[in-house]
Amino acid sequence: MLEIKNIKKSFGSTEVLKGVDLSVEKGDVVAILGPSGSGKTTLLRCINFLETADDGTMVLDGQNYHLNTTSKKEISALRKQTGFVFQNYNLFLNKTALQNVTEGLIIGRKMPKEEAIAIGKAALDKVGLSDRYDYYPRQLSGGQQQRVAIARAMATNPKIIFFDEPTSALDPELTGEVLAVMRQLAREGMTMLVVTHEMSFARTVSNKVVLMEDGVVVESGSSKDFFENPKEERTKTFLRNLSESLGLVD
Amino acid sequence: MEGKYLTTMIDARLWGILVDSFTKILIPGLTLTIPLTAIAFTLGLIIATITALVQFANVKVLKQIARFYIWVVRGTPLLVQLFVVFYGLPHAGFLIEPFPAAVLVFSLNSGAYCAETIRAALESVPVGQMEAGYCVGMSYLQIIFRIILPQALRTAFPPLSNSLISMVKDTSLAANITVAEMFMVTQRIVARTYEPLALYLEVALIYLIFSTVLTKLQNMGEKKLNSYGHKGD
Ligand SMILES: Nc1ncnc2c1ncn2[C@@H]1O[C@H](COP(=O)(O)OP(=O)(O)O)[C@@H](O)[C@H]1O
Ligand SMILES: [Mg+2]
Repeated sequence: MLEIKNIKKSFGSTEVLKGVDLSVEKGDVVAILGPSGSGKTTLLRCINFLETADDGTMVLDGQNYHLNTTSKKEISALRKQTGFVFQNYNLFLNKTALQNVTEGLIIGRKMPKEEAIAIGKAALDKVGLSDRYDYYPRQLSGGQQQRVAIARAMATNPKIIFFDEPTSALDPELTGEVLAVMRQLAREGMTMLVVTHEMSFARTVSNKVVLMEDGVVVESGSSKDFFENPKEERTKTFLRNLSESLGLVD
Repeated sequence: MEGKYLTTMIDARLWGILVDSFTKILIPGLTLTIPLTAIAFTLGLIIATITALVQFANVKVLKQIARFYIWVVRGTPLLVQLFVVFYGLPHAGFLIEPFPAAVLVFSLNSGAYCAETIRAALESVPVGQMEAGYCVGMSYLQIIFRIILPQALRTAFPPLSNSLISMVKDTSLAANITVAEMFMVTQRIVARTYEPLALYLEVALIYLIFSTVLTKLQNMGEKKLNSYGHKGD
């Protein structure tokens, strides 16, 4: 459903993405893992045109796009088919939780107000915030803000939602509520591309895993193979370091 | 004791002049100073918002015009601007009445200063607000007018209030172009009664009252804005 080929991106003289391929089928939950600085955020941002890639192509739902020549019009049409959840939530600070969710419907998509509000409330109910419709972002905890952000992303009924480390900015005790919402979303068949450091999520929720390092994909495959049967030496080291840091290995 | 002190300091004649002039000064305050400030500041805010937006959005030629306008207005004295418009322009064939001339100059002047305030506030809105807007399918202009500008105006509210209070006081300069506002009226009474100290202090007191009311309104406004959870985490 989403097919990315040969994304390249440099900032000045630093090459951040060195030709990344990625393929996501409908209903997939793909976890992108990798050390910090490996280009994961840049990859998501290029796919959603928040950065313009230097090279690369994308197929979304049978439509072909060249990542650095796509017109503004095409970009805005594309964005209407996707959702994006940021590491630091980026809720509209001057809008309530409900307005955050309905804004893209009423303004972005010209949906009638009543319909948008019904969808917005349903989305907030789903992420467990039925009692927070009229709260402003600054009146919500980080976990609640991120759940509003997820409601905002899913309310537009996107074909795929991108998540960039959705729990990294949260206190440890708040990550659980966000992960639970994402797990629920995955169970309902939402297609998701998730940059994460949460190994339990990658292991138990995602069905595919991609490991990135230094702007290239080191290994990608089914979640089961990746964790139980890694092919690449680099993947083994990555997993070993990880379990050491978690204290699972002596 | 205090009353006795006052009566020795201020004799009955002076006291009569002060009481009499209080309403004489206050009336042009209410009919000229306040309307002049209200109209000019409103126009100034509109000019400022447009000027700030074309710079923020990097609109090619308009941005240069905006920079030029700010450069000229901020680089020249307000009093000189008043003279150019009121005494100068008629020589070029543009006759203009005192009050409209004052409105024009004060709105252009505050427009330039407030433009810089608003531009800085626009730039202080986190870039993620814009990106989030794109990601929910909004257009650039929709994001600007619904997300970025409202947040910027909230941030700019205290400095803009300061500009408003400054303008109330600056309107006294309009006396120089024959607008019969509070200060001019005071000058006339002084000429008639020759009590400059008492009368200029009296008009100062009236400006102080106006400014104090505005400061109170500003505090209330800020409280109201903060109650939306805008400031303070
Ligand atoms: N806007 C930018 N300008 C310059 N360098 C950037 C920019 N964004 C990211 N980088 C650099 O690109 C590299 C990859 O960053 P990023 O994609 O954020 O990695 P990750 O999300 O995997 O931690 C880093 O070295 C970072 O410093
Ligand atoms: Mg990142």
